[in-house]
Amino acid sequence: MTTIDTFEQSLADLPAAVDRVSSDGFDEALEQCLERPAVGVSLPFRDLSLTDHPVETDPSPSALSDARTGVTPVGPAVAEYGSVVIPSGVDGAEQVSLYPDIHVGVLAASDIVDSLAEAVGELSEGIADGLTSAVFATGPSGTADMGSVVYGAHGPESVRVIVLEDR
Amino acid sequence: MSEDSRRTADRISELLRTEGEQVQANVTPFNEGRYRRYAEMDDTEAYRSEARRIKEDAIERLPELIEQVRETVESNGGSVYLAEDAADANEYLREVARGNDAGTAVKSKSMTTEEIDVNEHLERAGVDTYETDLAEFVLQIADESPSHIAAPAIHKSRSEIADLFERHFDLDEPLRTAEELTAFASDYLEERIAEADIGLTGANFVTADTGTIALVTNEGNARKCAVTPETHVAVAGVEKLLPSLADLPPFLNLIGPAGAGQDITAYLSLLTPPVDTPAIDFDDPDAPGFGGPGDREFHLVLLDNGRTEMREDDELRETLYCVRCGACANTCANFQQVGGHAFGGETYSGGIATGWEAGVHGMDSAAEFNDLCTGCSRCVEACPVKIDIPWINTVVRDRLNRGADASTFDHLVEGLSPDDESAGLDLGKRLFGNFERLAAWGSRTAPLSNAVADSTPVRIALERVAGVDRRRDLPRFRRETFRDWFHQRDAAAPDDTERTVALYPDVYTNYVDVERGKAAVRTLEALGVDVTVPDACGSGRAPLSQGMIETATEQAKAVYESLGPVIESGRDIVVIEPSDLAMFRGEYDRLLPETAAERVAENSYEVMEYVYGLLENGADADDLAGPNADETPSEAARDGVAYHSHCQQRTLGLEAQTVAVLEAVGYDVITSDVECCGMAGSFGYKTEYYDLSVAVGADLRDQFTSPGADGRLLLASGTSCADQMNSLFERRSAHPVQIISPEVDRIADRRR
Ligand code: SF4
Repeated sequence: MTTIDTFEQSLADLPAAVDRVSSDGFDEALEQCLERPAVGVSLPFRDLSLTDHPVETDPSPSALSDARTGVTPVGPAVAEYGSVVIPSGVDGAEQVSLYPDIHVGVLAASDIVDSLAEAVGELSEGIADGLTSAVFATGPSGTADMGSVVYGAHGPESVRVIVLEDR
Repeated sequence: MSEDSRRTADRISELLRTEGEQVQANVTPFNEGRYRRYAEMDDTEAYRSEARRIKEDAIERLPELIEQVRETVESNGGSVYLAEDAADANEYLREVARGNDAGTAVKSKSMTTEEIDVNEHLERAGVDTYETDLAEFVLQIADESPSHIAAPAIHKSRSEIADLFERHFDLDEPLRTAEELTAFASDYLEERIAEADIGLTGANFVTADTGTIALVTNEGNARKCAVTPETHVAVAGVEKLLPSLADLPPFLNLIGPAGAGQDITAYLSLLTPPVDTPAIDFDDPDAPGFGGPGDREFHLVLLDNGRTEMREDDELRETLYCVRCGACANTCANFQQVGGHAFGGETYSGGIATGWEAGVHGMDSAAEFNDLCTGCSRCVEACPVKIDIPWINTVVRDRLNRGADASTFDHLVEGLSPDDESAGLDLGKRLFGNFERLAAWGSRTAPLSNAVADSTPVRIALERVAGVDRRRDLPRFRRETFRDWFHQRDAAAPDDTERTVALYPDVYTNYVDVERGKAAVRTLEALGVDVTVPDACGSGRAPLSQGMIETATEQAKAVYESLGPVIESGRDIVVIEPSDLAMFRGEYDRLLPETAAERVAENSYEVMEYVYGLLENGADADDLAGPNADETPSEAARDGVAYHSHCQQRTLGLEAQTVAVLEAVGYDVITSDVECCGMAGSFGYKTEYYDLSVAVGADLRDQFTSPGADGRLLLASGTSCADQMNSLFERRSAHPVQIISPEVDRIADRRR
């Protein structure tokens, strides 16, 4: 199994979907999963951008609370668990990935590592360089506190990862 | 029964009735999930060893790490406050609130803030404080305390929560499903988060080199609390410090599996505050950029509250390695029945709570529930940082015994059971702790002793004075002890023996369960082993289980005096009673000098383990009896056996060998999968725990009376398990060695 297969399979039992696309297919993939209204954080990938999509990239508090979808770049990702790291800074990726009902993470396939330890290793460089917020997210927010598992408590109810296979 | 015992008994019965079922339904999946996930992961043991090593190192270097984290957090732009105790921490939090002109605060789940009653203090300072973890929110509304350190509302059913919400929020339409309840609570709390001035979190780990706090959660509430208001305060015990960010992976890999059998929790946040992520200004809802750049403030409150003293205490120090996953509660048979409202102190609950409560709240709080730990040891292999939780319970019990008021019982005790324990020791404990003395006397005077013990006035007196429950059958002492039998019998040692064994005559085998001793001798001899029975005393298990460490140490020394020379002469030590083998391989390490403990540990074997080894090395199973033998001790066994291994035996990893031997001689074997039979040595004999013991046993009874199990011969390796089974079932039980022994003693009906 390739690393990306493992990653996909790790998420199989959760309300989380993985789209494997090439950069050319990104716009279509995003369009398909975008439920409006949407907010987002601009993407660091060359030639890919949210500007052609109905995504508010500098949202106000009310736009954030009303958003159905939040789009952010993610990485590194951990194959063994299906976790993606949401790095956040002044762009507010943390809130954009957290407040809307659906989180769409955009991930470069080359950023998938095998283990959590490797991902923490990569992050320590980032943290040393001033990255102040990095969240490993595995599937959506869930709780079993009310008697059975419910997704969407205090966070997204579903998660989608668009994996750019050529990046 | 004394007043105290009656209160304990009533409280336990009440909780068995009101919360037990819900607790068990909720923790069982956590427990089963942990077994599954620990078995699935390739590196479970490596992670556990690594996590343990890191915690040992961190606690060793704690003062240095505190200084280091102060520097890193301050250079990151935050503040660190080292709070000496609860009052100090709360005063600081009040100052922070005042400085922020705070009217409301939102909180994510944190046991450390429970420990110091933060909510109460903030409320008193005029700050409305809301729990945002849904379980904590339920408890806040219900005004109840957590019943589990990781899943605080496990004692509450969905319908109770629905009723609670309906009453508290005066709802027109009652909420019914988990989805409705969750949606209602998170919508309500989202508004509280939006308006809050301060976000309060705990921290699962704090790394000294980077000033990073790690939060492990399944709901997004901790993330929201940390990032939405401008001011973030994290409250953490000083023991949460780890030297470096690079130390996190083994813990992050283990905590989901250990706590609830999850592969990983939904969120692991690594925040190095004050974070760059902008706060959200909901007062300015339409301004872009989340309402403006804002001005972040971060406070790390490191709480001591007794931890420095715990660190200096050689016996309690290990408690500080605890990552509060809750596995020791989930795996505990007693906890499963009553939950943390019985098995817990002021704040913490479950096996490790004894250490925490003794350390942070004091001995009185630990005394409330310490006796609920039976020392079964099932938690030891569950704990992700390998804490010897039963030992901590034993040490605290010993200290409680020593601190007990000497005036209560000493007139009764004097001369009855001279030991090295303090005069105030509870008479019941003293009686069970000195069981060997009692057994020797009972045997000398049997059958009179048995008749006397059976008489109603004696049972009433025993119950009143020593708390021995009248509903339990007492052991029947045998006039001819196992040792007498062995020395008087007419048997030649087998020819050409390659192996020589000293069969340890534990107290029960010697005075009560003589048949299993005989069966062990015959089995070993049939396999060509030369057997002797040394003149050794009790292992110290009985006093140790009552917290009588000094008496246990004396016995361990005496055992070593007997067994040392035997080992020297080349004999292997074979042990029938698993709890004694667990002493030899486990606690002796703490009671004896290192070399002595090592020699005993390395040369001791459980009897079925030993037989298994013999068979593996070429001995012939045909020399033993099986279901097709002409004579059998039990006709039922021909159809199959139902085997309940002993809790400590399973922790030693020795269940499989017994099963393998039974199968090798042809028996059809099924096994139980309950954590404990409920008897656990003397525990089930004590009046205040009788109901609980029977409730724990009910799971075993259900398993072994189900179709496919019913009708089989019941087998148990431990004496007290056999006692419990004899009272739970109409059928009789035996030790496994009794049905492989070539010379047959019918299995006596021990029910009267
Ligand atoms: S003692 Fe071990 S098993 Fe118990 S809560 Fe602490 S870390 Fe978990």
